[in-house]
Amino acid sequence: MSYIPSDLLFTSSHEWIRDEGDDTVTIGITDHAQELLGDLVFIELPEVGDTIESGGEAGVVESVKAASDVFSPVSGEVIEVNEDLVDSPELVNEQAYDNGWIYKIKLADPAELDGLLNAEAYTEVVEADEH
Amino acid sequence: MKKTVLNQAHRDLKARMVPFGDWDMPVNYGSQIEEHHAVRKDAGMFDVSHMQAVDLTGDRVRDLLRYLLANDVAKLKDPGKALYSCMLNERGGVIDDLIVYYMREDWFRLVVNAGTAEKDIQWLKQHAPDYAVSVRVRNDLAMIAVQGPNAREKAIPAIEEFAGAELSAEAAVLKPFNAAGGDSWFVGRTGYTGEDGFEVLMPQEQAEAFWNALNAAGVRPCGLGARDTLRLEAGMNLYGSDMDEETLPLEAGLGWTLAFEPQDRDFVGRKALEARKAEGHLRKFTGLILEGRGVLRDHQKLYEDDTEVGEITSGGFSPTLEKAIAFARIHADAGENLRVDIRGKKLPVKRVKLPFARAGKAVNIPQ
Repeated sequence: MSYIPSDLLFTSSHEWIRDEGDDTVTIGITDHAQELLGDLVFIELPEVGDTIESGGEAGVVESVKAASDVFSPVSGEVIEVNEDLVDSPELVNEQAYDNGWIYKIKLADPAELDGLLNAEAYTEVVEADEH
Repeated sequence: MKKTVLNQAHRDLKARMVPFGDWDMPVNYGSQIEEHHAVRKDAGMFDVSHMQAVDLTGDRVRDLLRYLLANDVAKLKDPGKALYSCMLNERGGVIDDLIVYYMREDWFRLVVNAGTAEKDIQWLKQHAPDYAVSVRVRNDLAMIAVQGPNAREKAIPAIEEFAGAELSAEAAVLKPFNAAGGDSWFVGRTGYTGEDGFEVLMPQEQAEAFWNALNAAGVRPCGLGARDTLRLEAGMNLYGSDMDEETLPLEAGLGWTLAFEPQDRDFVGRKALEARKAEGHLRKFTGLILEGRGVLRDHQKLYEDDTEVGEITSGGFSPTLEKAIAFARIHADAGENLRVDIRGKKLPVKRVKLPFARAGKAVNIPQ
């Protein structure tokens, strides 16, 4: 069973969201997602200033095995991207919830956070996935 | 799902298991890239028991294989000698690629791919009676590939422990593409990684203990993920991706395996191949390197200017080069300046000769 921090929000498509409390959020892919993908070798980041709709494509993570879209769990403007991932995509494998974060968004509608999964609900998603 | 005899051993090593054709196989045991480097720099092992050994016996077995294989087993003169060959259909398409070992004048052994084993056996059984040859499918054997610059040294003591001093002594002095052993334990100095090493056939009931002995000797368990990137770097084709029953070996970089001499040898597919060669305009099979960031994948389309000129047959990330690499099949008259369509963006790729890497090092790579 992969690691699922209790203070984050999640999607069933394996993104995590940290509410920074100032109408901004940090977004990445979960430990379970990186385990499924295997070693990451390339990450296509969104651009700062991009406006992204909830459910829209925010980037691509490519592992030795496959390419996988990163879907934005919320709507808003991209305010920062993790440039370290350009040269070190393996940070997502090593520290999915810390140095492996992918981008930050200024929320268009903070109420969208209410529709996301908590750790308990996401744990059920992962368990269903593993059986 | 079919399971090899090592299935539980993989699970005990915390392998990530995936469906590979009909088989439940390990794709990695944690990090595919670390497994890849272990084989390039030290020693790794692969469970390849899903591959199928088939023994062919009879006085006219050599004649049968001279008819069924596109390479010529007349080249095999010494017991234990191995040959890589395609087995073709009448259209010149590839039924399978395989390794054939010369055991004795009345006994040859084939090792064929997992996904094609059933149709191969059917094809062999269809033609064997014409030559009074018996086909024995060796479901009693497991197969482990031990690969890397230190693989032979690390494997020899385990071979001695399980198969005896006589076979380990013979194995220690094998030349490349030669094998020793017989009906049960069998050691070939062959592989699918571009590194030195052995492929070992053994009775299934001894496979797990042998695997554990190799692990204890410092041979790293490696999954099918690393096996794929290693063979890609080494310029070795994968059946089903780079060629199939609709592909001529001449258009898959396998012309070197076709023995058109002597001219009076009739083999299945020969007429079709000669007709297509005479027609000309055969598609080319080439290596590609992506110059920028991204990953080349199977089936991505290639363009010259705005014209589609072919597609990638096998692609991936090369841990040795730290770049994306691929094999591609392109039009006969396609030039050097190609671009690949990755999610709607056309990115430049460089054409290179195969292989990309062998014996631990990158080769043929333009700066």
